Amino acid sequence: MRRLLLRLVLVLALPVVLVAVWWVSSSGSEDVYWPPLRTIVETFPQVWTGERWRGDVLPSVLRLAAGYALAGVVGVALGTLIGSYRRVRAVCEPVLEFLRAVPPPVLVPVIMLFAGIGDTMKIVVIATGCVWPVLLNTVEGVRAVDAVTAETARSYGITGAARLRHVVLRSASPQIFAGLRQALSVGIILMVISEMFAASNGLGFTVVQFQRSFAIPDMWTGILLLGLLGFVLSVLFRLVERRALGWYHGLRAAARRSR
Amino acid sequence: MRGENAALGAAGLAAFLALGEAVPRLGLVEEEYFPPTSRIADALGAELADGAFWTALGDTLTGWAIGLAVAVGAGIVVGVLLSVVPYLRAATASTIEFLRPIPSVALIPLAVLLYGTELRSVLLLVVYAAFWQVLIQVLYGVRDVDPVAEETARSYGLGTWARVRYVLWPTALPYVMTGVRLAAAVALILAVTAELVVGAPGLGARIAVAQTSQAVPEMYALIVVTGLLGLLINVGARSVERRALAWHQSVRGEVAV
Repeated sequence: MRRLLLRLVLVLALPVVLVAVWWVSSSGSEDVYWPPLRTIVETFPQVWTGERWRGDVLPSVLRLAAGYALAGVVGVALGTLIGSYRRVRAVCEPVLEFLRAVPPPVLVPVIMLFAGIGDTMKIVVIATGCVWPVLLNTVEGVRAVDAVTAETARSYGITGAARLRHVVLRSASPQIFAGLRQALSVGIILMVISEMFAASNGLGFTVVQFQRSFAIPDMWTGILLLGLLGFVLSVLFRLVERRALGWYHGLRAAARRSR
Repeated sequence: MRGENAALGAAGLAAFLALGEAVPRLGLVEEEYFPPTSRIADALGAELADGAFWTALGDTLTGWAIGLAVAVGAGIVVGVLLSVVPYLRAATASTIEFLRPIPSVALIPLAVLLYGTELRSVLLLVVYAAFWQVLIQVLYGVRDVDPVAEETARSYGLGTWARVRYVLWPTALPYVMTGVRLAAAVALILAVTAELVVGAPGLGARIAVAQTSQAVPEMYALIVVTGLLGLLINVGARSVERRALAWHQSVRGEVAV
């Protein structure tokens, strides 16, 4: 009980102190750009009403989900293909390295040319940015399948789809998840930027709109909401990862104990 | 084997470039939107002859380098401090976990308000994004310290500073180097993004101008430049890593094979 209490104090102490410092130090702030935290908190529910959630937050999140899912499927599929054949990998490697090195946000103006400024553009931008970490990590993961496991599977006659599902993808999954985690932060960045560039709704659009009309407390609520969104998505990701990779973490923990 | 791989890679690259030339020429995509490779190469040549391009490149690299240096320095100092002082790591864990996933682009409106299109705008975003990459790696690296080595150093009476220097730092260095490599890539992305969205001078701003003035081949040429820059930064970071870790198992092992 005492240990639990101590842990709770450790977890909560610093955030509470930081928020308190912000609250107190900004309480009498006359600076237009740094409004009192009190004002920001009071503005929050006024700005983010039901309509805003439906009109701006939901479309943003849906685009992110669509682009991210697309990148995940394409990245894993292509990555498995490239990772499985040494020659294909050798042919593709330099091109992939180059494409990955292009900073994803510069894709926004390019894809705007093709796809206009609608939802398609944003989903394609998010997908093309997110696909590289997934793809390259899948390639690495597929390459690193344990030789003994692969041989065992072969001698038991496990081939084709079963081999792909139970041997290759299974043992590559920790790497794939590492790629998906990187892709998530790239995806959020691209979601916001594509909306800042050209959009008529969405979180990025709204926040820039507030900034341009000098609605500073409203802008701050937008920044806080984007921060919260990033945080919530990373917590959700960790939950999914813990479920999907439960066997792997258990294995690692057991290996560490026996060492 | 290595030679064969290089040849296959060159063939892949050549095929990629040839495809970029052929597809728009055959009319499979609009040439207006997707100029053939040769036209992009022409535009690239024109860019290279233009003094303004080099200024923009310099601006981008300045933002990238200063931001990265600040982020790496701060990340290492804060990371070591958090791990060495008792309870500090546990007390800050929740705050770090909360701040880290905040997308740095959320700070763009704030950067615009505070600094407009100045360099400081770029730096704010670059430092924020790159700092976490380094910090997290340092924290993981320090946690990896061998308890036996640590206890040995203690029982030989090494002070805190000496333990940081001789036990903690060599253990954490490989992690730090990975962090620096990640941070270098992220810093470039954020520098170009800040220029693209905020309009701070640099390659990103030039891309935005090329796009709004319908100079499509120039836009592609500039994007190719950012890609090459990213590639160079990655290769450079890897060679720095190899040099700094020449004594380490992971690198020595690589050389032996």
